[in-house]
Amino acid sequence: MIWPAGGWHDRGFAMSGVLASLAHALDRGTVRLVDLTQTLTEDFPTIVLPPEFAPSAPVRIERLSHYDAAGPAWYWNNLSFGEHTGTHLDAPAHWFTGRDHAQGTVDTMRLASMLAPACVIDCSAGVAADDDFLLTRPMLEAWEAAHGAITPGAWVLMRSGWSARRGAAYANLREDGAHTPGPDPQAIRWLVHERGIAGFGTESIGTDAGQAGQFDPPYPAHHHLHGAGRHGLQCLTNLHLLPPRGAMLMAAPLKVHQGSGSPLRVLALIEETVV
Amino acid sequence: MGLPRGYDGVVLAVPVTVPYVRHSPRPAQWWVGQALAALARGAGLSHRDFDGLSVASFTLGPDTTIGLTQHFGLSPRYVDFLPLGGVSGIAALRRAARAVQAGDADVVACIAADANGPQSFRRSLEQFSRASQDAVYPYGAGGPNVSFALIAQAFMADAGLSRADVGRIAVAQRTNGALNPAALLRGPMTLDGYLGARPIAPPIHLFDCVMPCAGAEAFLVLREETARAQGLPFVRLTAAIERHNGFPDDQVMLRGGWVRDVGTLWSQAGVAPGAVDLVQTYDDYPFVCAMQLADLGFCDRRELPAFLAQRDLTVAGDLPHNTSGGQLSAGQAGCAGGFLGLVEAMRQLMRVAGTRQVARARRALVSGFGMIVFDRGLGSGAAVLEAA
Amino acid sequence: MTGAARPPANPLWRTRSPLLPPGARSRAAHLLTAAAARGVFELPCCTGCGRFAWPIPEACPDCLATVALSPAPRGARVIAATTAEVPADPYFRQRAPWRVGLVAMDCGPQALVHLDPGAGAGDAVRMTLVLDRAGQAVLHAGPEGGDMQADPQWREMTADPAGRRVLITDARHVAVLPLARALAGAGAAAIHLGVPEAWKPLPARAAFEALPGVRLVGLDVTSDRSVTDLAADLAGRVEIVVNTTDLPRPGGLMAPAAQGDARAMHDSVALGMLRLARAFGPAMAARGADGERGAVAWVNLLSVLARAHPPGWAGYAAAHAAGLSMAQALRADLASGGVRVVTVLTGPTEDDAFQTLDPPHVTGRAVADAILNALRRGLEEVVVGDVARDLVARLEKNPKAVERDLARGGLA
Repeated sequence: MIWPAGGWHDRGFAMSGVLASLAHALDRGTVRLVDLTQTLTEDFPTIVLPPEFAPSAPVRIERLSHYDAAGPAWYWNNLSFGEHTGTHLDAPAHWFTGRDHAQGTVDTMRLASMLAPACVIDCSAGVAADDDFLLTRPMLEAWEAAHGAITPGAWVLMRSGWSARRGAAYANLREDGAHTPGPDPQAIRWLVHERGIAGFGTESIGTDAGQAGQFDPPYPAHHHLHGAGRHGLQCLTNLHLLPPRGAMLMAAPLKVHQGSGSPLRVLALIEETVV
Repeated sequence: MGLPRGYDGVVLAVPVTVPYVRHSPRPAQWWVGQALAALARGAGLSHRDFDGLSVASFTLGPDTTIGLTQHFGLSPRYVDFLPLGGVSGIAALRRAARAVQAGDADVVACIAADANGPQSFRRSLEQFSRASQDAVYPYGAGGPNVSFALIAQAFMADAGLSRADVGRIAVAQRTNGALNPAALLRGPMTLDGYLGARPIAPPIHLFDCVMPCAGAEAFLVLREETARAQGLPFVRLTAAIERHNGFPDDQVMLRGGWVRDVGTLWSQAGVAPGAVDLVQTYDDYPFVCAMQLADLGFCDRRELPAFLAQRDLTVAGDLPHNTSGGQLSAGQAGCAGGFLGLVEAMRQLMRVAGTRQVARARRALVSGFGMIVFDRGLGSGAAVLEAA
Repeated sequence: MTGAARPPANPLWRTRSPLLPPGARSRAAHLLTAAAARGVFELPCCTGCGRFAWPIPEACPDCLATVALSPAPRGARVIAATTAEVPADPYFRQRAPWRVGLVAMDCGPQALVHLDPGAGAGDAVRMTLVLDRAGQAVLHAGPEGGDMQADPQWREMTADPAGRRVLITDARHVAVLPLARALAGAGAAAIHLGVPEAWKPLPARAAFEALPGVRLVGLDVTSDRSVTDLAADLAGRVEIVVNTTDLPRPGGLMAPAAQGDARAMHDSVALGMLRLARAFGPAMAARGADGERGAVAWVNLLSVLARAHPPGWAGYAAAHAAGLSMAQALRADLASGGVRVVTVLTGPTEDDAFQTLDPPHVTGRAVADAILNALRRGLEEVVVGDVARDLVARLEKNPKAVERDLARGGLA
């Protein structure tokens, strides 16, 4: 879309105040959009469960026609995927602890959580040295000392550099399961209950660490986030383009009837003046 | 059981050959019509005066003889359809002769006619028989060449015949055929040429094989008094035999059905075996001619090499054989190949064979053979004709 | 040892279109097709007097009683032998000279046979019923104890992997490591192993990579794109496809995960075959006569549960039944190219997934050997293992009894 010369405010549209400034800033590039989403492809690794549990369908893009005998003037596909595939959001109803929550499914989710400030915790150095790196409460408190308190209703994003990996390295499956970084039980419990976050996001498959089945409680991020009616985001990318704080996160899942989550487009707004 | 009845009072007249063509777009019906017209002209009658119609053809389909009655405007009392290949002539003659003898018909037109377009041969192979479909074509043996090559191997080994021995037959026939203006293949053939010809399925080589073509052969069977009344030259039928699937328990075909009835043949003819002035055998392939000579009493099978070396089979020789050059020279027009020997024998006995006339031609033996559907030729027959 | 690859066709020449030998047969003769497909030697035999007949008649020529197929001795003696130098049929003309013999079978009748060049008049030979390139049963005869693989006419009708390039669709099947080893040992020129979800660990990866001629390629038969991408690369460059795709998940209709599992198994086993067929089939059919590098065979490895359905494996059995049906359709589609489509039905294998089923389980090695054997003998229907053979035999006698038996649990 070609922005009219001079911007919206010069055209006499009925916009004023913050939104008008935002439109102007976007037009001028002082506010930019950052795409935090991995492309939804058929070979993107998914969560692996033991065979006795129902499997989540991988992404399948099934071509119906491509300007051909099956459809002369058009190209379109059938999509199929499990709700928790690729860059996706987990709603409270996804975990047993959150099953009774009002506004616990994607169609009833509070809109406010879909557009909220983001705090980015850089763990990439630690993760580079240890696939099973865990984000702890002391690390979070140290972050707050440097950047200020995490505010209620904000998203906390664990930047790990994991999104640079591909394929087997990204899934990082070994004999005893996946080895990917995540929060330890105390850290996530503190974020949920002491800081009131809207949700927690990671670059790997799962808001929890790969080995979190061994923790107490098992899968503490799912346990605590969803138990408190909060949300999870995973398979994010480009977190290194965000400042530690000041970005606004947009994450609006598909409005599927009683859905437990969905792949979605996750975007961030950042201000260029912020280094 | 005594001998079958003789054929007293029954004669053959009006030998007809409709000139062969290698490839013709004309259907078999057209060739039948040409033969019918030639028979009528030769007899001085209308074709509607023929009250018997016997047709032998592989390419008449989907018609049989009955359809031809309306097609050509006849109302016969006797019809026959004989897709029997090389034994068609003998079979047609035997049946027509009995009908005429019993008064069931007066003048029977016996016609063999086949078309030959470029695809005809292969297509006819594909639909030839159930046994061929199940047990022959899937082995690369489409067409009779391979099946007969296998028989030839066994026969020649048993009889002690070399290719050169058998080649004598082919060479003598080509010498005779050079005197037949209607023959399609008339170039000279030497024994070396025969031996060196391209292999088709050893021991069958190119000059053992007949050339398929389109054409027709025909003759009339009628009572002697009718022939005389019309002023037609004729020949007599003195003996005839027929036997199909003659030796089912033979592992391979070393002998044909003639062996079972050859005594009857010569007894009926009232002469010693082989006491004829000329012989017409079915020559698809030359080794089968040798088989017929042995099976019809000229010599023992194992004596064939010596026999062939001693006898001169040309029209000027001591045992004129296939005097028009046989199918190997004339071409094989389907079932007409089963009439060719009968029609040529008639011409010889009626002394109208032109430059190839055998000097002494009082009695002739004609042999028919054919219809290999699996591993052996099923049909065999023979007849003895005498000049009037 | 990697087999030397067969020489490539000259890229400037038009690909030779596949021709087939004469395929018409009487209905009765089709009984022989079933015998040849399974690799058994049975000939037409009178149910009244016991006399063998050839070709197969509608009634016994001796006593006119009904004729049926019966196991027969395989010996014969050659009466005469020749080569068709100029066959009338285009298929044989393309391959002339073609060696044919007339044999006297030990059991009585005579027959025309495809004759091994090592056998001549007077020799004792051993007969085999084999499917020719038209998928019809024919007789082959060769010297007793001879190596049939050395007869070019035998090789024309079968699918020996020597010198040929093979695609195996799913390296995760328990039979694939022994199969890759066996194919390499048989002299296959190249063995492409499909690996679905390569981001998951492949335990036998090192063992595969140690084999000569083996190349691991990404292939997920549940993804249109994955299949078409690989076909773009390989469809013109493999002579044999072995479809080992499977997703064993136990569970009856009421099992908790039955729905998701059933969908996944169907998508993998049945629709996976459909995708492979659409992507690889046309190219293979067109290359059926492409000189030394003509496509020759497609093997579908399925479970015997495709035919006998224990209720405790309802979704799995249904997916394999669907696959079996697709396999039959594929056979008809590839017939025009003379490509032999083989169905291999195996009993439960030594894969962990089948541990709840009673032994004996079929080893991967047994499956691999059965596949090699099928390729070398041109078989079309193969059943592997005692459990599977027993089930198939019982189905042929009384399918209703099998249904009741399986409903009680287990496969006995």
